[in-house]
Amino acid sequence: MVLSLFLIGFALPAFAGPFEDAVAKFANDDFSDTDEAIGAVASSGNKLAFPIISALQDGRLMADPDSKKVYVTGADGKSIDAATGEAVAGVPDSASAVRLNNRLRRSVDAALGSLTLQSPDLGVRLQAAQSVFKSHEETALGPVESALAKETNRSVKAALGEARAAILLFKPDATEVQKLEAVATIKARGDQEALALLSDIGSDQPPSVAKAATSAIGSIQNSLAIWSTVQNAWYGLSLGSVLLLAAIGLAITFGVMGVINMAHGEMVMIGAYTTFVVQEVIRTRYPALFDYSLLIAVPLAFLVAGAIGVLIERSIIRFLYGRPLETLLATWGLSLVLQQAVRTMFGPTNREVGNPSWMSGAFDLGQITITYNRLWILCFTLAVFAILLAMLRYTALGLEMRAVTQNRRMAASMGIATSRVDALTFGLGSGIAGIAGVALSQIDNVSPNLGQSYIIDSFMVVVFGGVGNLWGTLVGAFTLGIANKFLEPVAGAVLGKIAILVLIILFIQKRPRGLFALKGRAVEA
Amino acid sequence: MTPHMLTRSLDRGAAIFLAIVVACGILIPLSNLLLPAGSVLQVPTYLVTLWGKYVCYAILALSIDLIWGYCGILSLGHGAFFALGGYAMGMYLMRQIGTRGVYGNPVLPDFMVFLNWQKLPWYWHGFDMFWFAALMVLFVPGLLAFCFGWLAFRSRVTGVYLSIITQAMTYALLLAFFRNDFGFGGNNGLTDFKDILGFNVQAEGTRAALFALSCVALILSFLICRSVVSSKLGKVLIAIRDAESRSRFLGYRVESYKLFVFTLSACMAGVAGALYVPQVGIINPSEFAPGNSIEAVIWVAVGGRGTLVGAALGAIVVNYAKTFFTSGVLAPYWLFMLGALFILVTLLLPKGIVGTFNAWREASRERRPAAASAAAEDGVTEPKIAEERS
Repeated sequence: MVLSLFLIGFALPAFAGPFEDAVAKFANDDFSDTDEAIGAVASSGNKLAFPIISALQDGRLMADPDSKKVYVTGADGKSIDAATGEAVAGVPDSASAVRLNNRLRRSVDAALGSLTLQSPDLGVRLQAAQSVFKSHEETALGPVESALAKETNRSVKAALGEARAAILLFKPDATEVQKLEAVATIKARGDQEALALLSDIGSDQPPSVAKAATSAIGSIQNSLAIWSTVQNAWYGLSLGSVLLLAAIGLAITFGVMGVINMAHGEMVMIGAYTTFVVQEVIRTRYPALFDYSLLIAVPLAFLVAGAIGVLIERSIIRFLYGRPLETLLATWGLSLVLQQAVRTMFGPTNREVGNPSWMSGAFDLGQITITYNRLWILCFTLAVFAILLAMLRYTALGLEMRAVTQNRRMAASMGIATSRVDALTFGLGSGIAGIAGVALSQIDNVSPNLGQSYIIDSFMVVVFGGVGNLWGTLVGAFTLGIANKFLEPVAGAVLGKIAILVLIILFIQKRPRGLFALKGRAVEA
Repeated sequence: MTPHMLTRSLDRGAAIFLAIVVACGILIPLSNLLLPAGSVLQVPTYLVTLWGKYVCYAILALSIDLIWGYCGILSLGHGAFFALGGYAMGMYLMRQIGTRGVYGNPVLPDFMVFLNWQKLPWYWHGFDMFWFAALMVLFVPGLLAFCFGWLAFRSRVTGVYLSIITQAMTYALLLAFFRNDFGFGGNNGLTDFKDILGFNVQAEGTRAALFALSCVALILSFLICRSVVSSKLGKVLIAIRDAESRSRFLGYRVESYKLFVFTLSACMAGVAGALYVPQVGIINPSEFAPGNSIEAVIWVAVGGRGTLVGAALGAIVVNYAKTFFTSGVLAPYWLFMLGALFILVTLLLPKGIVGTFNAWREASRERRPAAASAAAEDGVTEPKIAEERS
């Protein structure tokens, strides 16, 4: 690239004469002269060509018919002489903007496309190639081919190849072989634009080309259908991970302990507000640490929500064991209190929680776009799930928890302090809800109502998956997430959600204890 | 404690309750209509409407108490039946507007004209007749409750599972009624009513009559509930509440009992909603919000679960407190109070106001003869509550 710039720099004096003549043609106020000028300037290789043509497009190219001088005025009000590139004090009053008609606008677009095809900036080149692909102006064939010869980057080269194919396909005098190759290249691209391009090639094509195009359209449509399925599956996974994250703490408190915690959503909310506070402190005191704010917030949210959970268990829930309906009412009341407390402390409006740099942005995978924050949340959810599973399986506390769940009296007889385990289990479930709040703060509004929007979904997930079974919660969350996203395009977002709710209600009739039900006497207890 | 004494004391409570409702139902409308405005004893119209609202809530609370207090079914979706009854009445009131709407369409309600609908959806037909709407007030909630209960009870969905799916039911209805193309006015619901049976809904006389009607409905609901719970059927319901499996093993069709009482309760909730709508003048999807249904449950818990008088009393007390606190400087603290009420009642007052009062009366009555023959009955008098923890 440096080399080509270098070459352009050297070439400049040699082209100076014809370039200046071409620029002067803009001042003739004649559409065909302007067209010629566009072609000459665009193919001149002069470094002023791009500013001139883009100024022409924006109506910033001023021409003085008397002196035949042409000026490029910038957005900042400064002007340069279009022929020499020297700054001028001002544009004379007699100068007016060079006029364009629709035919010329196409030439301008094509010229700009070909001019930027050799820009040193990779992104600009790629975009230029894409725009040529869409416009497939015949005039761009030369620049595209010369750019193609020089191009070294693989993705730009592919884009240029597709652009060339698009031009050839629409070029009336291209050979049949060329056109067939072009159809194959466009078919390989396989996206919505390729489909659009192939769909309007017109009827004047040779029969073999038309046939190839029809079959290419069919195969692109098939592959698009597959990609849209993949896209739905990804959205479903993403929604499932959010559901899982919100429900996983509930799977502990409700699933393992049997406590109906309607204030579970508020634990999520507390986690989200912890993130907000951490970010506020970082913003005001240590702005450099902003990218680590979530890493700091995760343990803090766990501790804050977990401590509140232990407090709730000790002060309210332990008096209500064995009375699930009363627990439900008391924790609902608690959720009202917590919401109002947060509303009083932080105000009723949404609070701004920022995305760290490593969570913003997106990348393309085939025909679908994946945003980093959704991807991170999926990974994070799975990590939390794995850690929780390992904790229950391998730690002493996990062992005690399972013992107390299976047979409280026996566990107590073996010397396990059951009430301590209860408090810690509830704290663990609440703490995990707090962690969920950190992640959800990245994709949802942080407001006092944050938790409420998740509580019904979370219960659905746990009940659907089967109470007392973490794997059931995992399967339940992803099943509901994916089912929801596949219903959405068919039925619309709200009807899809209603359909899911109705399906769960019907499902519970069929299997009242969920997908993976515990068996045996523990069920009736 | 003998069963005889228990029924007598409850009877007295019921009689006092009924007397108060009858007195209110007659005196408040009369004082509103006959006494000159500004008189000390005159009840202003806004208060008549407000108390009419409370009476409707009391009917809803009775319907919840019937299933929760006597059959152990905690429905967190009873607001849905209330709202469905309200919508049925709202549809009748919408059809009565006729050409007086903003767009003056004789058949289509305003929101349908606004949405460019050409003709009335099929489910709006018939609602121009009061008898049909009144039938639907009972039929729609009843049908939903019957279908829902038939599915749920037959597959033995009980306890918290049932509570959670009733909540999901009302949530699904909330989402559905928010949709414009569902045909019930979407977000705004049904409002701007003009006439009910030819009387202006805004008029003082109509409001007083609606209040009196609500009182009549409350009395009827109370008597129905009372006859249900004091009959043999009621005894079976209580048996199901306390030991469902045992009742089943004794040969009772638990599902049928539950289904009957659940459907009856839904119909009552529908009537409450139908009386509520013309008094407040609007019905919108927020009535389906799960929070409303849970709030209604707490009225019952405060008043006394398993005591019919308590349920009605709880609804009125809590709602009066709500009106009192949300209108003053304490408004930001109302949710704290409501939340604390949920927690404190379940922790400290599990029997509610009336239940605790009854228990205290029983205890003091037992203590008096016990004191007379203290020497003979030297022992424990306080009943011990068994540790219920599993």
